[in-house]
Amino acid sequence: MLQYEFMRNALIVATVISILCGIMGVFITARHLSFLTHTMSEIGFSGASFGLWVGWTPLNGMLFFTVLSALVAGMTNRTRPLKGTVISTISAFFMGLGVLFLSIAQASSSYATNILFGSIVGISQTDVQQISLIAGFELILIVFIYRQLKFEFFDPIGAQESIRFNGLINLIFLIMMSLSVSIVSQIVGALLVFALLTLPAAAAQFWGKTVHALIILSIIFALLGTWIGLFLGYLTNLPVTFFITTIETIIYLISRMIIKFRN
Amino acid sequence: MKTSNLITAHDLEVKFDSQIIFQNVDFQVQKGDFFCIVGPNGSGKTTLLRVILKEIVPTLGTIQCALAKSQIGYVPQFRNLETDFPLDAAAFIELKLTQKWWPWLTAQEHDQVQAALRATHLDNKRTTRVGQMSGGEKQRVYLAQAIVNQPQLLILDEPTASLDVQAKYEVMDVVQELNTQGTTVIFISHDPQLIKKYGTKTLQLGKGE
Repeated sequence: MLQYEFMRNALIVATVISILCGIMGVFITARHLSFLTHTMSEIGFSGASFGLWVGWTPLNGMLFFTVLSALVAGMTNRTRPLKGTVISTISAFFMGLGVLFLSIAQASSSYATNILFGSIVGISQTDVQQISLIAGFELILIVFIYRQLKFEFFDPIGAQESIRFNGLINLIFLIMMSLSVSIVSQIVGALLVFALLTLPAAAAQFWGKTVHALIILSIIFALLGTWIGLFLGYLTNLPVTFFITTIETIIYLISRMIIKFRN
Repeated sequence: MKTSNLITAHDLEVKFDSQIIFQNVDFQVQKGDFFCIVGPNGSGKTTLLRVILKEIVPTLGTIQCALAKSQIGYVPQFRNLETDFPLDAAAFIELKLTQKWWPWLTAQEHDQVQAALRATHLDNKRTTRVGQMSGGEKQRVYLAQAIVNQPQLLILDEPTASLDVQAKYEVMDVVQELNTQGTTVIFISHDPQLIKKYGTKTLQLGKGE
């Protein structure tokens, strides 16, 4: 299957994103920010439609909207989980906005499907480069702020007294989260960022007891999903997104059950 | 005599808006003290700690602290670790080691974690998840995290408030051991028995307001 360029592109992107998601997911789940990622991806959906309307790539439109929302959230110090009602309001507003942009851009409905549910095999060479660049940048950044992130996200109350730049660390993380959400959407779609940003890390929590272990397991789980998902998608011609979400769900459920029976 | 003072506070007053939290507070903390701050709820005990940690500037008076912030270990009043919190004791303790920029711990840092576990009698709990520990064990893990950088001063904000009697003394005995080994302790509580048993000096807040 690797003789096709689109499959090679898909494999590269899947690998890069799985590694990034594995790491980011560990911090996102530690702080219970899963729903914030979901809101962000819906903001991303309207960004992608906006991009179509003004003639950008969906990825660039998405990046623009999500990074902007991260800056707003960071500046107003919104690092704690938002209330359900606030989240629903933001989500609804931006989904509606997205529908508006799609309509005035006169985009075909397949665009909407691609943005919402992902289209990994349709990824271009330029997208591959841009995604790898963004992911690489984030991974390097994580190396440098890893210890601060660890403290701030796993023990925010303890860190409050000890880390000097909590606000800055949180803002950097929000921006990294917005970048991640945007590029993950390219694989699994805006509606299903959970599948890679939260599920592998949530499953890892059943097994790992150190931050290192959580990260390694979470990366492995994410890679299992995307690699097998791509392969099955290639064999069956069914949507890759379906396989990825199913595999991640199965990994999560099996982990949960094994740990429950063990205790 | 004045040179051995770690903290010298003179005539402190803190006001939020126009409400006086406390006033006319004088005290000295010397090396090796087990210094207790007592007072009813709302008498400004935690506020005074924040003044000592230089997070709040007093509206009146002066406070001198001979220690840098990195030489002070602090155990805050609340932690919200739930039963599904994944990290084990060692991993939780090492969170505080943020001085170096690279991700992995040095051999010396591993030793520091080990020493903190030993000092809090948690050697055998190293790989137990903190979320699944008892209240007393959790509190000792927080203590261990606070001392992992080997601070000269340890500040504890009601560390035994939610514990049963036995766990309470378990935790306090560990604090006392640290104190005998040379760590100065500032301890907030409204439990007179604990203060009588462990304290060497007491500051009463919330009188004459």
